[in-house]
Amino acid sequence: MPFIPHTPDDEKQMLSAIGVDSIEQLFDEIPTGLRHDLGNENLQNVPTHASEMDVSRLMHQRAAQDGQPLCFLGAGAYEHHIPAAVWELTTRGEFYTAYTPYQAEASQGSLQVVYEFQTMIANLNALDVSNASLYDGASALAEAVLMAIRANRKSKSKIIYMPRTVHPHYRKTVEAIVTNQGITLELLDYDASTGAIDANSLPKEPGDFAALVIPQPNFFGALEDVDTLTDWAHTHKALVIGVVNPVALAILKPPGEWGTDGADIACGEGQPLGIPLASGGPYYGFMCCKQAIVRQMPGRIIGRTVDMDGKPGFTLTLQAREQHIRRSKATSNICTNQGLMVTASTIHMALLGAEGLERVALNSHANNRKLVEKLTALDGVEAVFSSAVFHETVIRLDAPLNDVMHALHAQNLLPGYALQDEYPELENCLLVCATETRTDEDIDTYVNHLQGILSKHDRA
Amino acid sequence: MLIFELSRTDRTNPSQAPYSKPEITDIPASMRRSKRAVMPETSEMQTVRHYTRLSQKNFAIDTHFYPLGSCTMKYNPRASNTLSMLPGFLARHPLGPESMGQGYMACMYDLQEILKDVTGMKAVSLTPAAGAQGEFAGMAMIRAYHDARNDDARTEVLVPDAAHGTNPATAVMCGYKVREIPTDSQGDVDLAALKEVVGPHTAGLMLTNPSTLGVFERQIEEIAKVVHDAGGLLYYDGANLNAILGKVRPGDMGFDVIHMNLHKTFSTPHGGGGPGAGPVGVNERLEPFLPIPMVGYDGENYRWMTEKDVPQTIGRLSTFMGNSGVLMRAYIYARLLGREGMVRVSEYSTLNANYMMARLREKGFDLAFPDRRATHEFIVTLKRQSKELGVNTMDFAKRLLDYGFHAPTTYFPLLVPECLLIEPTETEDKDTLDAFIEVLAMIEQEAKENADYVKGAPYTQPVRRLDDVRAARELDLTWKLENGQTEAGS
Repeated sequence: MPFIPHTPDDEKQMLSAIGVDSIEQLFDEIPTGLRHDLGNENLQNVPTHASEMDVSRLMHQRAAQDGQPLCFLGAGAYEHHIPAAVWELTTRGEFYTAYTPYQAEASQGSLQVVYEFQTMIANLNALDVSNASLYDGASALAEAVLMAIRANRKSKSKIIYMPRTVHPHYRKTVEAIVTNQGITLELLDYDASTGAIDANSLPKEPGDFAALVIPQPNFFGALEDVDTLTDWAHTHKALVIGVVNPVALAILKPPGEWGTDGADIACGEGQPLGIPLASGGPYYGFMCCKQAIVRQMPGRIIGRTVDMDGKPGFTLTLQAREQHIRRSKATSNICTNQGLMVTASTIHMALLGAEGLERVALNSHANNRKLVEKLTALDGVEAVFSSAVFHETVIRLDAPLNDVMHALHAQNLLPGYALQDEYPELENCLLVCATETRTDEDIDTYVNHLQGILSKHDRA
Repeated sequence: MLIFELSRTDRTNPSQAPYSKPEITDIPASMRRSKRAVMPETSEMQTVRHYTRLSQKNFAIDTHFYPLGSCTMKYNPRASNTLSMLPGFLARHPLGPESMGQGYMACMYDLQEILKDVTGMKAVSLTPAAGAQGEFAGMAMIRAYHDARNDDARTEVLVPDAAHGTNPATAVMCGYKVREIPTDSQGDVDLAALKEVVGPHTAGLMLTNPSTLGVFERQIEEIAKVVHDAGGLLYYDGANLNAILGKVRPGDMGFDVIHMNLHKTFSTPHGGGGPGAGPVGVNERLEPFLPIPMVGYDGENYRWMTEKDVPQTIGRLSTFMGNSGVLMRAYIYARLLGREGMVRVSEYSTLNANYMMARLREKGFDLAFPDRRATHEFIVTLKRQSKELGVNTMDFAKRLLDYGFHAPTTYFPLLVPECLLIEPTETEDKDTLDAFIEVLAMIEQEAKENADYVKGAPYTQPVRRLDDVRAARELDLTWKLENGQTEAGS
């Protein structure tokens, strides 16, 4: 029997120890009328069992079916090189098949990894503390919004200023998660020429609000004026939540240093640090904050302490915030983190170090610039916004975008993210991305295909 | 030793990143980082050795029996890992077009169909990233359902006192007040108490069945009727689905919505605390509110179902499609088991639990519910040992580690004093169960002879008992540079 070790003899002995004649008898407390397996047509929509070889054949076919296109698509998930050692180590059974470290003495490996992770990610963000991770970037922002409302002692407001330049899927996720708690998301528009928030157009008297969300870089790849925005929010007694790309932090000013006092909370998508694209998950969300508000932070937190012999060790701490202790008064219902993803990211960061991360960020930035220079040199392609960017840029095509994208897909190439569904004002606009993994040859492939397609097209 | 303590200034691993170092000319200095973050500066070998050694400081299913109640720590087939990490799956961008995702989407669609069938529900959304998020999705759908009917008097959610802590926390996240329902002496819901509090203000009842007490709720049909008659809906917490897989389906019991923990029942790895996956299944009533995205199939092509297809959706719960790779592992597991294997999961997990319960009773241990069948788990209470020997559940748990067994769940559910919630799962063989039983009896003997020794356990682990009070009082959550160490150069 797959994954069941019992021999007929074991089974007999066990039943006899229990004092029953059959396994069936062990289910005699379930009302018979409810039983599914007593009918004739049980589990008709579950395929019959298959051998590992047969399942392997099927999965290889399906994996091959999706091709491995040349990727210039980012929009929240980025292809970066992952050192070979990262997943070799991460999928060791001792990491892969351990559970949440409830028995700290027998989980020092996982616990120390998370403590090291907390240190690395807090350092990258230049903030005091970090939690052990949340589900992904979008859900981390939702939790950050809830946290900001709890943590802002100067305001009782449940209003959050949310720029339209925050990833549209993040905004939707936040909306789904927080609106049942009476929280209002007040949208802030961007400047049509820069693609970033115009700090001069911020409301002079915004009224009472709990927090401002600042994306850096924003969804258009553009860099926001984080210093001015941070100071504006703090002037109005609101907290600042930074949503950042952790790779970009190797070269961009970290949230803890924004404006005069720094952001209060920073969160974001951890995927660029060693997690494959893999259809969107599992990834992990990170969250860092200032020490003063750590007790309002959701999720697992690992602390260093000593054992009864005075030897240093690691343990889950501040559990009094959590659902299994506080139940209905918990800071969040969350009970897992994304432990395995954090393990991968920690090893990834350790292998790259600050120098390696910086080179990844610099090359991503440079490759995107090369890509955009070559694309916008084509007839009928222009850059839309004037702001500086990290590794993504919005371009506008002088042709119907959907047709062009189909034609590029047919060349096994992902040209970018079409913005017009989420931003109707950006018709025929494409968010393109190049990371350090794109070569000059890759870029030329894109440019040549696009040129060929555009030359055949009537202009929009 | 922390990875940072292996660091030496200016040691690099140059081959892990591009060699070139292009200059930036187009980002204003005010937006640039002025000082590098402190990160490890270690060689590849140092890093590999460090994390290999850390892995060896863990108990895991691959190395130890891990009978953690309500966590279903069963064997995670390696095929699920290998096949979900095929390059074609790893390379797929989540926003890639449907035409270049048919292989992946076929797997997700098939999984939706399988989960619908094993739960007896009408429709399934795979997107919730974990059990707690599945719970959130379920309760948010219940709220959306009442809101859509303008039934705004329903402000309360009923939760049995045996429930997992996420249940009340979730109800609050959805804007509800929580009311606890007591449990009777046999571990069933106190039906009279339920009838007293249920009414026009009841939005729903959250129930785990079998419950966290390790018994099947025998009055489930009547409970469902009471709640439905009052206009409330029934939420099934799928934490213990392993106990009834293929035997009895939550949909047939009368539940309107269910979340599943695929990291339990469908054997995806726990990863040291996640990622999990918590798909939700619903009946007709709640189908219009399912979270997006889902995968649809027209007989020829798979396509994404979004707001356009499900206009009343509670919305999106993650940036993309939840924990796709975990879902893929669950799908592979389901294909390996097949229809025939599903029901064996509940049969042999139940056999293992009842066997352990019978043997431990024989050894003189007290059971929380001696007159009931065990489901896939059961509770031993060490109240007597704690009182007579001064050796409590925590001490037993720590001493088990010395003998190479992970401890069962301790001090949960809160209702049973000094409890061990033991869940062996179907993948453990009889010899392992026998060894555990002998060890538990041996620890009791040790406690009689030398209580202090047991209270000092563990002795064989990388650390002994940790000072949790100090951990919370003198927070040390990140490693700081100490005197004599220099920051990384820039």
